Amino acid sequence: MTALLQLTGTVIMPDTHALVNDFLNKLKKRKIEGSKATAKLTAELLRSVISQQRLPNTNQAGALIHAIKAIGEQLTAANHVEVAVGNIVRRVLHIIREEDVSLTTASIGGLSLQGLSDDEEDNPLVSAAVAAAAARTTLRPPSLQTLLEDMPSHSAAAAALHHSSSSAGDSEDKTKSTDKNSRSRKLKHNVIETVNELIQDIATCHEQIAEQAVEHIHHNEVILTLGSSGTVIEFLCAAKEKKRSFRVFVAEGAPRYQGHTLAKELVARGLQTTVITDSAVFAMISRVNMVIVGAHAVMANGGVIAPVGLNMVALAAQRHSVPFVVLAGIHKLCPLYPHNPEVLLNELKSPSELLDFGELSDCMDFGIGTGSPLLHVVNPAFDYVPPKLVSLFITDTGGHNPSYMYRLIADYYSADDLVLQQRPTS
Amino acid sequence: MDPRRAPRTVIDPKVRQVGFFAPPDRSQSVPLSQSSNSPSSPPLSDLSPSGNSLSPVMIPPPRHLSDLSSLPITAGLPPTRLSPPVHRFSGESVVPIGSYNPSEFASPSVGDLFEDKNARSPGPRRSRGGGGSAKIASSLPAGGFELPPEVKPKSLTTVSVVSNLRPNVTEKVGEKSIESQDGSGANSKQPLKEKTSKAERRALQEAQRAAKAAAKGGNGVANIKTGKANSVQKKDNASVAAPSEKRLADHKDKDRKKDAPHPRMQFDDATRVEKAKKRAIVKQTEVRNRVELFRHLPQYEHGTKLPHLEYKFFSLNSNSVHPAVYKVGLRYLAGDISGGNARCIAMLQAFQESIMEYSAPPERALNRDLTAKINSYISYLIECRPLSISMGSAIKFVKTRIANLPLTLSESEAKANLLSEINHFINEKIILADKVIVRHAVTKVRDGDILLTYGSSSAVEMILLHAHELGKQFRVVIVDSRPKLEGRLLLRRLVAKGVSCTYVHINATSYIMHEVTRVFLGASSVLANGTVYSRVGTACVAMVANACGVPVIVCCEAYKFHERVQLDSICCNELGDPDAISKVHGRKEVNHLMDIADNENLQLLNLTYDVTPSDYVSMIITDYGMIPPTSVPVIVRELRKEQIWSG
Repeated sequence: MTALLQLTGTVIMPDTHALVNDFLNKLKKRKIEGSKATAKLTAELLRSVISQQRLPNTNQAGALIHAIKAIGEQLTAANHVEVAVGNIVRRVLHIIREEDVSLTTASIGGLSLQGLSDDEEDNPLVSAAVAAAAARTTLRPPSLQTLLEDMPSHSAAAAALHHSSSSAGDSEDKTKSTDKNSRSRKLKHNVIETVNELIQDIATCHEQIAEQAVEHIHHNEVILTLGSSGTVIEFLCAAKEKKRSFRVFVAEGAPRYQGHTLAKELVARGLQTTVITDSAVFAMISRVNMVIVGAHAVMANGGVIAPVGLNMVALAAQRHSVPFVVLAGIHKLCPLYPHNPEVLLNELKSPSELLDFGELSDCMDFGIGTGSPLLHVVNPAFDYVPPKLVSLFITDTGGHNPSYMYRLIADYYSADDLVLQQRPTS
Repeated sequence: MDPRRAPRTVIDPKVRQVGFFAPPDRSQSVPLSQSSNSPSSPPLSDLSPSGNSLSPVMIPPPRHLSDLSSLPITAGLPPTRLSPPVHRFSGESVVPIGSYNPSEFASPSVGDLFEDKNARSPGPRRSRGGGGSAKIASSLPAGGFELPPEVKPKSLTTVSVVSNLRPNVTEKVGEKSIESQDGSGANSKQPLKEKTSKAERRALQEAQRAAKAAAKGGNGVANIKTGKANSVQKKDNASVAAPSEKRLADHKDKDRKKDAPHPRMQFDDATRVEKAKKRAIVKQTEVRNRVELFRHLPQYEHGTKLPHLEYKFFSLNSNSVHPAVYKVGLRYLAGDISGGNARCIAMLQAFQESIMEYSAPPERALNRDLTAKINSYISYLIECRPLSISMGSAIKFVKTRIANLPLTLSESEAKANLLSEINHFINEKIILADKVIVRHAVTKVRDGDILLTYGSSSAVEMILLHAHELGKQFRVVIVDSRPKLEGRLLLRRLVAKGVSCTYVHINATSYIMHEVTRVFLGASSVLANGTVYSRVGTACVAMVANACGVPVIVCCEAYKFHERVQLDSICCNELGDPDAISKVHGRKEVNHLMDIADNENLQLLNLTYDVTPSDYVSMIITDYGMIPPTSVPVIVRELRKEQIWSG
C-alpha cells in the first residue's frame, strides 16, 4: 500500500500538479463560485489528471481511484461549501469503478466462455454471479426488484470484484498477459470518454430541465423566484417560448442582490417581471401560483442547500400551500446526508455587504468592554430547506419527490466513495 | 321585558334629538350623575378606562339596566335645547378646502407665527370675500344670511311627514311634560313596538351611538341629518313632534352604514381618482409601470415634487393649509417622520398649533368650522402619505372633541379645552401607554436571553433600553430589510447605549432564529381578527420564529387597535417609492436595474406594510395588559365604547 502511494505520488505529472494547485487556490479564494462552474471545472481537471496518469500494470482501477481520491480530498477540503466538487469527484470515481467492472465482466465473461469446456467445475458460480451482477447493473434500470435480486449475489460479486481488482495482476499474468496493454488503454479511454459525457451533461442539463417547463407553467400563472439561477432563467424562458404568458415575481435576495441580475435577464427576454423586496415575500406569496427556485446542492435526504432567504420563502409557500419547486442539475445531487446544514454547510460572507466598515465606529466604545465585541454582523450565504418544505425536484431525468432523491443519487455514486478522506496508511 | 321596552322606544328619538349637544351614551357609564346639566358637564375622560390602564379588560355594563336608568336624563334635557344659537346649524354643507383659514394669511416663516397671531386674527373675516377662492366667497355668506329660509322648509317637511305617518304622535305637540310624554308615548306606540324585533332595536341603539360618532366626524349625510333634526326642534321647540318611527328607522339605517369602517379610496376607480386629483394640493406624478395587483392603491413617484412643495411653503396664501400642518405633511412626504407614534404626535402637535392660531368666523360656530378645517388638513396629509391607523384614531378623537365642545364656552376657552385634550391624548394614549407596555414587557426579558427584533419599533426600543438599564444580561438580534434599513438606526442607538447586538438581513432570519429565545415586534396596528398590521417583513420574521418554536411578542399601544379586519396584505396597503428598490445604496456594483428601469416589462414593487396572521403571534402587549391575539376584539370593543362615552 505504501509502495502504491509512492508510486502514485511519482506518477502524477508535474503539469497536473500545477493544474490542481491552481484550481485549489481558486477554490480557496472563492474565485470560482456557483455549482455549475465548479462542477464543470472539476470534471475537466479530473479528466486531464486521468489522461496524464501513468497507470501500473496491475490494479489499474485501484491506482486511478486512489489518485482521484487524493485529489478529491484536497479539493473538497479547499472549499467545503462547494458541494459540487465532491459530487463530481465521486461521480468520476463511480465512472472508473463502473468501467472497470464492465471491462472485468467482459474479460471474465470471455474467460468463462473460453473455459466452459475445460474448467467448468473450477469457479463457475462466482463467474456467473459476477457476470449476472454486471449485466444487471449495466443493463437493467434500477428498481426495487433489482435491489432484492442483488441481495444474495452482491457479496459474491463484490468478492469476485475484489478478487479481480486487487489480485488482478496474478490472474491476468496467468491467463491474459497478452492483452493487458490494450486493456489498460481501454480503461483509461473508456473513463475519459464517460467523463466527457459527464461534462457534456453538466453543460446541457439545464436544457433538459427547461424542456419540462411547459408541463409545469401555464397561462396567467404567477411565479415567485429568489436568487439568480441560470437553470431558472432557462426554465422560465422555455415556457415563454412556448407562448405561455405569465408573470414572475423576483425577490431581490439582499445583500447580494442576485435577484436584480435575474430580473434584468428576464426583462431582457421579454418576461413580465416584478421585483419585490425580500421582506414582501410573505405578503405576495398568497397571490403566487408556484415558487420555482434553483438550488446550490441537493442532499440525499431531499433537503436543499439554497441561496439565503429560501427557507423563509419555502415556509411561506407551505403556509399558503403554494408548490415549491426546486430545479437541480445532476451535478448538484450530493450523496451525503446533512447534519446541522444551516451551520456546517454554510458560509459567512463579509459583513461589509450589510454595513460599511467603520459605519458604527463613532458610537462604539472600543476602550472599555470585556473583549467580546458589542456588534456582530451575520451574513450567511446559504439556507437549508428541509425536504418537507419541498414539493418537487425537477432534474434532467424528470420530476421527483424529495423522498426519492436518495435513490436517484444512488444511481450516480457508489457507496465506497461517500467518504473521500482516505484512511491513514499504517 | 315589556316595561323595559316601553321607555326605550320613547327615549330613542329623544336621545337622538339631544345627540348633537350632549353625549347621551355617557349616561350608560355614569347613569345618574348628570341628570340636569349634561350638556356642559365636564368631560369624563378622567374616568375613562384607560386611566386605570393596568386593569384587566372590563366587562361591559348590562345594556338594559343602563337604558332604564337613562330615563330621567331625557327629562332633564329639553331646557338645554333653548340655549344654543341658531347659526350653529348653518354649515350644512361641509366646505372642505375653501373654508376660512388663518393660514391663508400666514407669514412665510414659522418662527414669527405667534407675533402674527393677534394681528392676523381679525383679518380673514374681512378680507375673505376678496382674497379667498370663489368657493369661499359663495359658500360663506350663504351660511350667514340664508339661514332662516333654509331652515323653515325643512321643519315644514318634517312636520308634514310626521302628521302624515303618525297621527297618534301629535298628541305630544305642545308644552307637555316629558314625564307624561313618556307614559303616553309608551302606551300609544304599543302596536309599533311589537313590529320591531329585538335585533332591530338593538340595531337602533347601536346606530344611535354610531350616529353620534358620525355626526362628530362632520362628514356626509349623518351630519346634515342631525343638523336638520336639531334645527327642527329649535324652530318650534314648543311643538316638537317626535319624528316618526319610519323616518327614524331609515335614518338609523344610514347611520349604521356609517358605523362600518369607511371604505378606503380605491385608486382603480378612475372617476374618483380624477375628482381627488382636482382637489389635491400635492400633485404627485404616478409611476410609469404600475403593478397590476395594486391598481387600487396610489403609486406615486416618490418625492419628485418635494422641492416644488417646499418652495410653495413660502407662498402659502394660495392654499388653505396651516403652515405647521404643511410642514408636517412635507416631512411625511420626505420620510423624515416615520413610525405610527411619531407621525401621530407630529400631526397632533401641528393641529394644536393651528388651533392655537384659529379663530372662528363670526357667523359660524366654532366646532363646525374647525371640523371642516381639520378635514381639509387631513385630506392634505393623506395626499402626502396615506394615514396610518394610529393617526386615524387620533383624528377621530380630535373630531369628537371638537364636535362635543360645549357651546357655552367662549372661543378661547374652547381652544384651551381642545389643546389640553390633545395633550391629554398624547400623554395618555401614547407616552403613558408606552411606559405601561415597557413595564409589562420587561418582565419577559430574562438574563441570557437573545431577543430578536425587526426594523425599528419605538416601543421595542424602549423595552430593550429599559431592560438594559435594569442590568439584565441579554443580546439583541436586529433584523433589517431593504429598502428602508430602519434597523440600522436602531442598531446605532442600541450600540451607543452599550447593548450588545447582532445585525442580520431578513434573509438570514432562519439562520439566526435557532439561537433566539424571544421575538419582540412592533406593530402599526392590530386588527380585530388578531392579525398584526405592521412594517413589511414582520410576517416573515414571525413565521420563521413560529417554525422554530420561538415565542413572538407584539408590542402595540391600544389606540392603534382597529376594528377593521384583513386577511392578506394586498387589499389594503401602502406603496413606497419604487425607485428605492432599484437603487442599492452605496453599492454601485449591484445597481443592475438602474438602466432598465424604464422597460415596460419591469415593475418594481415597494410594499410598506404586511399582515401577520394571528396564529404566529404568541402574545400582544398593550397598555391594557398582556393578551392573546384572540382577545383583540374585546379591546377594540372596549375602546369604541370608551370613545363614545368620553366623546
